[in-house]
Amino acid sequence: MNFNTIGALVLRYLFLYTRTPMRLVELVFWPVVDLVVWGNVTVFIQANSDPKFGEFILFFLGAMILWDIMFRAQQGVAISFLEDVWTRNLLNVFVAPVRTIEYVSATFIVGLLRITVTAVVLSLISWFGYSFNIFQLEWWLIPFFLNLMLFGWSLGMISTALILRWGQAAESLAWAIPFFFQPVVAVFYPVDKMPVWSQPIAWCFPPTYIFEGMREVMKSGTMNWSYLGYAAALNIVFMALAGWLFLWILNLTRKRGLLTKFATQ
Amino acid sequence: MSAPDTREVILEARDLTREFDGVKALDRFSFKLHRGEVLGLLGANGAGKTTAMNCLLGLTLPTSGELNAFGMSLQEHRIEILRRANFSSAYTALPGNLLVWQNLLVFAKIYGVPDPKKKITELMDLLEITHLQKRVTGQLSAGESTRVNLVKAFLNDPELLMLDEPTASLDPDIADKVRKVVRKVQVERNIGILYTSHNMRDIEEVCDRVIFLHKGKIVCEGTPGELLARSSTNSLEDIFIKIARDGEIIDEPEKESQS
Repeated sequence: MNFNTIGALVLRYLFLYTRTPMRLVELVFWPVVDLVVWGNVTVFIQANSDPKFGEFILFFLGAMILWDIMFRAQQGVAISFLEDVWTRNLLNVFVAPVRTIEYVSATFIVGLLRITVTAVVLSLISWFGYSFNIFQLEWWLIPFFLNLMLFGWSLGMISTALILRWGQAAESLAWAIPFFFQPVVAVFYPVDKMPVWSQPIAWCFPPTYIFEGMREVMKSGTMNWSYLGYAAALNIVFMALAGWLFLWILNLTRKRGLLTKFATQ
Repeated sequence: MSAPDTREVILEARDLTREFDGVKALDRFSFKLHRGEVLGLLGANGAGKTTAMNCLLGLTLPTSGELNAFGMSLQEHRIEILRRANFSSAYTALPGNLLVWQNLLVFAKIYGVPDPKKKITELMDLLEITHLQKRVTGQLSAGESTRVNLVKAFLNDPELLMLDEPTASLDPDIADKVRKVVRKVQVERNIGILYTSHNMRDIEEVCDRVIFLHKGKIVCEGTPGELLARSSTNSLEDIFIKIARDGEIIDEPEKESQS
């Protein structure tokens, strides 16, 4: 793996963001809209419930911020790939000495940068606007962040693989895929309040353990370590599966000769 | 018949076949490109040029056959080979939303060019486009864009260059300039170039040897002069049209007299 190549690809994305400030707005605009909506709902519920529940209900904001970390990580990978498609640059990249792992790593780094920008903005707004401090999760925040980012990257690779396979017609998957998972990973409600049949499905995905863990930490100040263990183990499985799917589809598009068509369409 | 070329073979295809849904886009295609040689790959639309180019770039995997560059298998040493090669096509673009120097800097870094800024300036001077450095790539004219793509293609001092219709959609003046620069750089740096074009003027001026493809097969091969001498036609363009329409090898006087 050549780190200079990864650096060059990241530089290209940084140039892109500085050249088109609207992309930065997009990084901040939708998350802020979400936060304000959830923040106001939280304030309304707090005003109409007993103080203890009112305090607990702040988990909505925590869930929203953590969800956005995962979503932005996925977007970092999928949108970076789409940027190359939209600018008809994919062919230049694929005929340059760029290994697949270097290309994917660059999109991971862009994902990390995107998450950082979004998370900082959301944390500040939720703190000043709604008195919710995401750092009340203390050191737990680090494994939460890492696990959600890893799952976001896996989803990013899966989205990219599907777009590679079905072309630009499948472009909307870049935005839709995380939302296929949102109902089942218990972002805004505990797993035991989900329909019984769906609970075993929920436990198959790493974010479920993180969102459950977050609620536990906010309620009791501590959490079950096994949750982190399961989340990390499942993340390894998902990363491996997503990586395999991406490579398999990339190879398939090369075999079928679809890569050039896709890159120049 | 010209004497065998003793120069180093830098690119070689052996019995390259590529099928799409049972149709052979390339049929046992074999050729050698030598160091310092410009080889033209010609044929009508659908003749197999693009498929050949895509196989050579590793974008499409051949159904069968072997591809080697610099004595290494393309399948096994793709990255190593691509470091010593480059590509430019009229049908691809550098990201339109970046400035020209930003695009070139990114590719210079990808190719590991030691002093990128100096190299970019030097090449932009050579192609007479220094003034475009701070322009938005997407706002360039076709001629400017082609020359920027060529700067990208020359960035890593490639030993092997693949040019896909580099003068397509250029006016005669710019096309002439592009041809001259390509030839100049090729001679100075002893580069092997695989060149596709529908412009026979390009081929006559730039190529040392040409291969005509028809339905994925080589139908004739030689220097432009040899092909003209062997043909009953007056120009490469007529040879092109004859092959495109009849799919036949050009009339060879020797064969005619034998029959």
